[in-house]
Amino acid sequence: MTLRATTWQTVGPFFTIGLTRMNRTELAGPGVSGERVTIEGHMFDGDGTPIPDAMIEIWQANSHGKYNHPEDEQDKPIEPGFSGYGRIPTDESGRFSFTTIQPGAVPGPDGKMQAPHIAVSVFMRGLLRRLVTRIYFQDEPGNAGDFVLNLVEPSRRGTLIARKVAGREGVLEWNVVTQGADETVFFDCGM
Amino acid sequence: MSMAMASRLVGYRRPLPGTQPNHLHPPYGSSVKRAPTKPLIYLPQTLSEITGPTFGPELVDVKACDLTRQGSGEALGERIVVSGRVLDEDGRPVRNTLVEIWQANAAGRYLHRNDQHGAPLDPNFTGCGHAMTDNEGRYRFVTIRPGEYPWGNHHNAWRPAHIHFSLFGPAFATRLVTQMYFPGDPLLAYDPVFNCTADESARQRLISVFDWDTTIPGTALGYHFDLILSGREATPMEK
Repeated sequence: MTLRATTWQTVGPFFTIGLTRMNRTELAGPGVSGERVTIEGHMFDGDGTPIPDAMIEIWQANSHGKYNHPEDEQDKPIEPGFSGYGRIPTDESGRFSFTTIQPGAVPGPDGKMQAPHIAVSVFMRGLLRRLVTRIYFQDEPGNAGDFVLNLVEPSRRGTLIARKVAGREGVLEWNVVTQGADETVFFDCGM
Repeated sequence: MSMAMASRLVGYRRPLPGTQPNHLHPPYGSSVKRAPTKPLIYLPQTLSEITGPTFGPELVDVKACDLTRQGSGEALGERIVVSGRVLDEDGRPVRNTLVEIWQANAAGRYLHRNDQHGAPLDPNFTGCGHAMTDNEGRYRFVTIRPGEYPWGNHHNAWRPAHIHFSLFGPAFATRLVTQMYFPGDPLLAYDPVFNCTADESARQRLISVFDWDTTIPGTALGYHFDLILSGREATPMEK
């Protein structure tokens, strides 16, 4: 190693100027296989105030559990209409929403599968680096044995799980809370 | 999954202590209510983190690397060339990766509804650009030298001139958003954002270098700024 990774700086309050162009809130085009889900929620700061100037980015496998990336060497199909990337802003009330397909299970350590999940980065003014978290799915049988969920104390695991919204088929709720009793679990995955 | 495949998973290096900012940095007031209060949970990298979004050339507008010619007339201010390479920590070029930038105009004003301070907008300058690195990891923008501007962090707070950069790199684990500064800016010593990183040499690497070689005679001065993304671990993380 001859160089050191560049240090992070905050996205600041005006990132929409440069980053809105690549917003993606509808991830699955026509013909993409899998169960459509809309995931929506709010972002809140340490005072419980909604955060209107934030965005999340997501990265996920397709419904077969295959990432659209050359280092995923699993013998599973790539879906041409599904890249697995999303960039979703919060609105003036701190709300965000995106529609995708529920990902399949992907490999984890020791040859065991990870439960279906979405990798999430959170960006906002006030964050000097992104926050990394994950979205899991309610009632997934794989959750109980998922090695990442099991890194988290049981009382906090719920912050990582998108929950069905009563009376709204296909809609899941998942929130980001930066501080406090309901603080979302954030991970250190490197940069 | 076969064990042979698991043995090939090679992760990305984690930063040395002090070379990246902590989430909470009280001199930067906005971090106080937005930084997490509980310790981050150490996540071993998996296939989910060593893969990441890739973007093809169809998503790139080749004209978007010149921020001085986005309107019907020329943008106001001092034209500059900002160029450099995107490399990993082993000095290998990061090819075909998307570089997104945004910045204030020459007067220090952003084209954003939340920037209402008393400096003029330029109808011919949006402050938005993007480019894809080439096979050597190179990128190049022609833009306007951004102005310094006041902000509300503390009494008489001013941001040094800077350009925001956003990069993906090859994996979820290599994401980078940073800011590029200009050599000799007297405001750097007073800026809580620039100074959020403890390591002095890490901070200094955020300052671009004046570069005669990329200057366009009669038109624009050149500034060189390399961006370094996490490198690969030396050994596979799984057996």
